[in-house]
Amino acid sequence: MTLDLSLLPDGGVSWLDASGEHAGIVLSTRIRLARNLEGFAFPGRARDGERLRVLSRVREAMDAIPSMNSHLLVRVDNLGSEERLLLHERHLVSKELAGLDPQHPVRSGAAVFLGDGMGVMVNEEDHLRLQTLRSGFALSDAFADIERIDEELGSRVPFAYHQEFGFLTSCPTNTGTGMRASVLIHLPGLVLTKEIGKTLAGLQQMGLTYRGLYGEGSEVVGNFFQISNQTTLGRPEEEIIDQLMYVLRSVISREEDARRVLLRDAGYIIEDKLWRAYGTLRYARSLSFEEAMNYLSGVRLAVGLKLISGLSVYTLNKLLIFSQSAHLAHAEGKALTESEANLVRARYVRQLLADETGTNG
Amino acid sequence: MLCDNCKERDSVVTLTTSDAQGVTELHLCERCAAERGIETQMTAPKQPLTDFILAVQKQLPATLLESSRCSFCSGTLRDFKNTGRLGCAYCYQTFESSLRDLLRRVHGNSRHTGKRYQPPQPELAEDATVLSELRDRLRRAVEQEQFEEAARLRDQIRVME
Repeated sequence: MTLDLSLLPDGGVSWLDASGEHAGIVLSTRIRLARNLEGFAFPGRARDGERLRVLSRVREAMDAIPSMNSHLLVRVDNLGSEERLLLHERHLVSKELAGLDPQHPVRSGAAVFLGDGMGVMVNEEDHLRLQTLRSGFALSDAFADIERIDEELGSRVPFAYHQEFGFLTSCPTNTGTGMRASVLIHLPGLVLTKEIGKTLAGLQQMGLTYRGLYGEGSEVVGNFFQISNQTTLGRPEEEIIDQLMYVLRSVISREEDARRVLLRDAGYIIEDKLWRAYGTLRYARSLSFEEAMNYLSGVRLAVGLKLISGLSVYTLNKLLIFSQSAHLAHAEGKALTESEANLVRARYVRQLLADETGTNG
Repeated sequence: MLCDNCKERDSVVTLTTSDAQGVTELHLCERCAAERGIETQMTAPKQPLTDFILAVQKQLPATLLESSRCSFCSGTLRDFKNTGRLGCAYCYQTFESSLRDLLRRVHGNSRHTGKRYQPPQPELAEDATVLSELRDRLRRAVEQEQFEEAARLRDQIRVME
């Protein structure tokens, strides 16, 4: 089976369009719910046949939901490793579902239903991982979307639920609401002013946690942080969302303050640093992914500070996704070695920036 | 500095509040802070799951880790300790009291106060579905050398066939 992402309602990347609130600082908002079907062992323990039956039950239910009948079903277990990596790079499936960890190869029955700004992963750590994704800072909208999917599916297949513990999940860290609400946020101002440590420590005191660009277990690159609730049990969903919203508003305003301080106290140093980042991206002939991320972070900051004009946040968001290895290999139509990928990446970045600003790179 | 509240333990957090009377600072120890609903770094573990699993190990004698087995998925607390994951939803009933305790450690609470859920009325489950589920359980029981359970399941399957 080959993967044709153009079949997706929006290529799966409508969340890159920089349309939401605070889109210069907040890339995207994501909410996911962990759910399991009653009567089946969890995917890690289930047999192949059980996982396939879970998939067919969910498929019947999805087909019966009018608002979701245009979804695309991707059988992740039938894809090659490059294509699975591609889905993961596009933030459409988790590392676990894609079976990218050599110790945990892809499971039979691993699949994802993809729709406009939503997805349902099947046979991940839990039978179901429902998720909604929005551009910018949009917790209320993302929550309304996920509630709708949860209601629709939960009225068609029985979810495993316990009167005291709530929704039951494979890992007890998700039990209760099964909800993880997260916001992908760019905080270069706080990093450069060295305020970030204090901010992150403050998050933990508020019961929030942070991760890197790809969620659990990933490192922070390019000053992108994924901030989310840490606990899932003992508080209602709305309260978790409200608190996250409240704390994030304060993080956003701290970031804005830090940026003002940078410009005021270190104007030309910052300006020089950011233009150098832009210069490198415009003219470099070879770029590693980390390098590209770090320079993109600088250029993103420069656009936010209005030092560089004529570059849209949408283009910068696209660069984040499409300059990753599997995306480059997909565009080239062949597997690339690391040094080949670095050359292709530099060419792709130069091209996109030149197209956007109307000059030659 | 001693805790302003109990005056017994060292303070670990400073609580700053401002109101009409001005700004007040309160130095609190971990326990007094927790009583006021303030989580300190110490009470909010960085690695909740690792701590969680270590807690299972400490709390339960080795014999208990093996002794009770989930009747649905044949999982034990030892399996949970090794993988960090439970085998099925029924494990929550089998290991209810251990899990209640552990959920409290991880989430600070064991009672779900969010959305209530009522599963859809089960239509009469088709025999074929029930049978294949029973066969899956039988295979699992045999793999785990749970022969009594396997025999029980085999009889159940025979009655249905």
